[in-house]
Amino acid sequence: MEPRIGVFVCHCGINIASTVDVKRVVEAIKGYPGVVHAEDYVYMCSDPGQELIRSRIKEKKLNGVVVAACSPTLHEATFRNTVSQVGLNPYRCEIANIREHCSWIHTDRDKATEKAIKIVKSIVEKVKLNDELLPISIPITKRALVIGGGIAGIQAALDIANAGYEVILVEKNPSIGGHMAQLSETFPTLDCAQCILTPKMVEVGQHPNIKLYNYAEVEDLSGYVGNFKVKIRLKASYVDWSKCVGCGVCMEKCPTKVPSEFEMGLTTRKAIYVPFPQAVPNKPVIDRENCLYFKTGKCRICEKVCTFGAIKFDEQDEFVEEEVGAIIVATGYELYPIEKIGEYGGGKYKDVINGLQFERLLSASGPTGGGVQRPSDRKVPKRVAFVSCVGSRDPELHKPYCSKVCCMYLTKHAMLYKHRVPDGEPIVFYIDIRSDGKGYEEFVQRAQEEEHVTYIRGKVSKIYEDNGELVLLAVDTLTGEPLEVRVDMVVLGMAIVPSPAVYELAKKLKIQIDANGFLTEAHPKLRPVETLTPGIFLAGCAHAPKDIPDTVAQASAAASKVLEMFSQKELQHDPMVATVDEDRCSGCGVCVTLCPYGAREIEVKDGKRVAKVNEAKCEGCGSCIAGCPAGACQQRNLKDEQLVNMVKAVLE
Amino acid sequence: MKIFYYPGCTLKTQARNFECSAMEVMKLLGYELVELNRWNCCGTVYSLASDDLIHKVAPIRNLVRVKEQGGDKVVTLCAMCYNTLKQANVFFNSDQEARDKINSFMDTEIDYEGDVEVLHLLTVLRDEVGFDNISKKVVRKLNHIKVAPYYGCLLLRPSTVAIDDAENPSIMEELLHALGVETIDFPYRNECCGTYNTVSAVDLVIDRTYRIVGLARNLGADVIVTSCPLCQFNLEVRQKDVKERFPEFEQLPVIYFTQLMGVALGVPTERLGFELNHIKPKVLMEL
Amino acid sequence: MINKVIELSEQNLYACYQCGKCSAGCPSVKLMDIMPNQVIRYLQIGKPDKVLQCKTIWICASCYTCSVRCPRGIDLTRVMEAIRLIQLRKNIDYIKVREISEDVLVSVPQIALVAEFRKHTA
Repeated sequence: MEPRIGVFVCHCGINIASTVDVKRVVEAIKGYPGVVHAEDYVYMCSDPGQELIRSRIKEKKLNGVVVAACSPTLHEATFRNTVSQVGLNPYRCEIANIREHCSWIHTDRDKATEKAIKIVKSIVEKVKLNDELLPISIPITKRALVIGGGIAGIQAALDIANAGYEVILVEKNPSIGGHMAQLSETFPTLDCAQCILTPKMVEVGQHPNIKLYNYAEVEDLSGYVGNFKVKIRLKASYVDWSKCVGCGVCMEKCPTKVPSEFEMGLTTRKAIYVPFPQAVPNKPVIDRENCLYFKTGKCRICEKVCTFGAIKFDEQDEFVEEEVGAIIVATGYELYPIEKIGEYGGGKYKDVINGLQFERLLSASGPTGGGVQRPSDRKVPKRVAFVSCVGSRDPELHKPYCSKVCCMYLTKHAMLYKHRVPDGEPIVFYIDIRSDGKGYEEFVQRAQEEEHVTYIRGKVSKIYEDNGELVLLAVDTLTGEPLEVRVDMVVLGMAIVPSPAVYELAKKLKIQIDANGFLTEAHPKLRPVETLTPGIFLAGCAHAPKDIPDTVAQASAAASKVLEMFSQKELQHDPMVATVDEDRCSGCGVCVTLCPYGAREIEVKDGKRVAKVNEAKCEGCGSCIAGCPAGACQQRNLKDEQLVNMVKAVLE
Repeated sequence: MKIFYYPGCTLKTQARNFECSAMEVMKLLGYELVELNRWNCCGTVYSLASDDLIHKVAPIRNLVRVKEQGGDKVVTLCAMCYNTLKQANVFFNSDQEARDKINSFMDTEIDYEGDVEVLHLLTVLRDEVGFDNISKKVVRKLNHIKVAPYYGCLLLRPSTVAIDDAENPSIMEELLHALGVETIDFPYRNECCGTYNTVSAVDLVIDRTYRIVGLARNLGADVIVTSCPLCQFNLEVRQKDVKERFPEFEQLPVIYFTQLMGVALGVPTERLGFELNHIKPKVLMEL
Repeated sequence: MINKVIELSEQNLYACYQCGKCSAGCPSVKLMDIMPNQVIRYLQIGKPDKVLQCKTIWICASCYTCSVRCPRGIDLTRVMEAIRLIQLRKNIDYIKVREISEDVLVSVPQIALVAEFRKHTA
């Protein structure tokens, strides 16, 4: 095919034109071999810009297009779509990046223009040898996996299930509900967390489209977008849930007491337990670590008292495999451990507690029935300090980021404390109040104006116990006065950190985590619920600290991304994948080792070992091509010959 | 076993009780503290300005002495000396350019290679002698007293030279427990005593002493144990000034940890230098 | 002036977000005329005179409490030293050595005197 290439140079307003002499680029490329047309336009991605490209293709009978503009990650799809509207194969259109790779990073106009010309020439060389390609079609399993049964996972699962698709929900704890189930009331409306959450939990438990695996963990994942295979470990609960009716006699009679995770250690549970009364499913598990029988070989009281014969001490972990097309990761958060804050006692003072512990003290279903009593002596505290930014916004010693919810929940705590203990004195220590959600600022103002909560601007430096009181060494930075504040109890707004298990899970799912252990989104602004691995989405605090409204919104967004996928007959995959010249391939298998996507395998064909490419899995990274010792691998539209010509064009 | 020992100025004067008790105790544990020949002043405070190299020569010169005399480590008792020598050593090992300059400032000395280890006696007791071994040598029961361990600043800060966690140290408590002594959880154990402000801003030191000693007494301590001659001076001698201002204030003895060790290990009390303590620790001396 | 302090102390004063943790934990803060965090604040907003004339920099006894707790990793101990040096290098002593009483001279340990001279005199 005789090349008839058109070059379209974009000004991008002044983004490119202020540094690159666009007219000169056009002039320089006009006489280049294979180029039959070149022109510039102020915004090539605009409607008139795209129309210009379409009409020139028709007029000049172009069979290849180079758009010299911004990065292909932004507008490659746009322009490929543009050219295909007038019958040109989209893969005959390429982007020459003269913005991110040139105008934005240089200041010398002359040299930048020279560089832009070279970039354009090299892309022209590429287009000359580009084949006309068709996208690869992939079948799709329209069933979703949601990992994590907190409010994010619950919301996402319900949205997908209500749209008519099956959902597998995996929760590591005995019950779904997550941290939200522990909360007393929620800011800024003060509605009861349990009251708004439990209907959703029940809905999940009863939904015909949701298969719930509680007390289970994702063991392994294989496959690719649309076609994942997931192996799930069902942890032995030592209780046959099909026989158990949830009468609770076993829990009553069990002699072993263990600090309750749900009650944040403020009270105990038994070794056979349901984490909380509204648990879904409401079936007990035996905690093997602490069970007397597992520790000493004696006891089995639960077995004796169970009239339904539901106790099974010989149960083992089991594995199930499920096929799914899309995955939502919603593994949630934990609080940064108080042990790391030495200057606040590092956990040695009973009456210095974290926010979730205080939630339990406020909760009507909590260990004190909602009456605020301090842990050490059950005394009603008359003065309580609430300290924000504990571990957050501290890049030197702890976590650099803002945990986002502490300002609001500490305000709520101060307010609820005042409601429970009307003559009590709440003091909030803050450094900035972040109240950016709907109704949040009004909520903080209400705490100050109506509830007379004292806010002191300054970070507490040290907390110690003296004579049954806690002493806070503090400062009021607004008056410039040092303070020594004595209180009965301290609530620390600990930093939010990702659930520790997410690190292992991310490795299994081949998704990325950031420096702080949170899951990385595909684009911070435009693809906030997708990971870089196609078909895997994220929601909730596994991604970053966020409040309930944001978590629910993100969960619904992730669900809608899944539904978008499921609304298609099949998935389309980029055809720029690796190919194998079977005559040259020696079957050495280097490509299989190198491929990060598991897309390469060895096949025996007519008695000869040859490498194959699973086109659906291949992401076109090029590792196998670079690594192939026989030179048997090529990548479509990035063939050796093209690369050589491109390099020559640059070096000319 | 012999270990090179850097005394510093105050160990030879006001804090002779620190030195003599340490010598006695170490002898009993089978160690000899060998005083470094020709030691000079460490500078007492580590120089903190980026352009100030000359004040780092004095501490480094002491480390050269250790090398000259065939050693590779040196132990200090005074927390200020420990901090100054150690910070200078850490700095010397972190900055090649400064290192060359300091060596060229000292042209009559052998070049220092940064290879002397600066230790405090507490870490030697923990890591070389072993608290378990000390425990085995206890001959006097001291379970009738409660001790407030006081670390002060310079053993714990800055982090580059700290012998223990800055906020919740435990080395002194562990030693005291090995001696069979009960300790109090003392929140002010790592709070500054006011240090050299005792010269020109004595009010500040009186306030600090009032608070630190007062809290120790409130929490039930019978004696405060320290490892810095300046802390010891401020917390003990300034109690007289505190008493003048607050007549209800009750005094508390402040001694060196080595003196308490001496009592527990059976060193005759008259060899532990208690005559230099202004407030006599009667609970220990009348055993 | 802020640049001079940054140069001498090797600390980035622009990093300070004024949380006040340094002042809250400072053992000598009661006698200071401006808070330790305000020392940085006045430099940030270009009012070096407030800092050069304050008592705070002389009361600071380099105990490093603020340094080990600063969430922004500012070693305020070194900042205070830098400001002291800017004054001392003009040959302005903070104390008059001759006025130290005989009583004090004979009673305090040498380390106190040497440290005092190092920190408070040119």
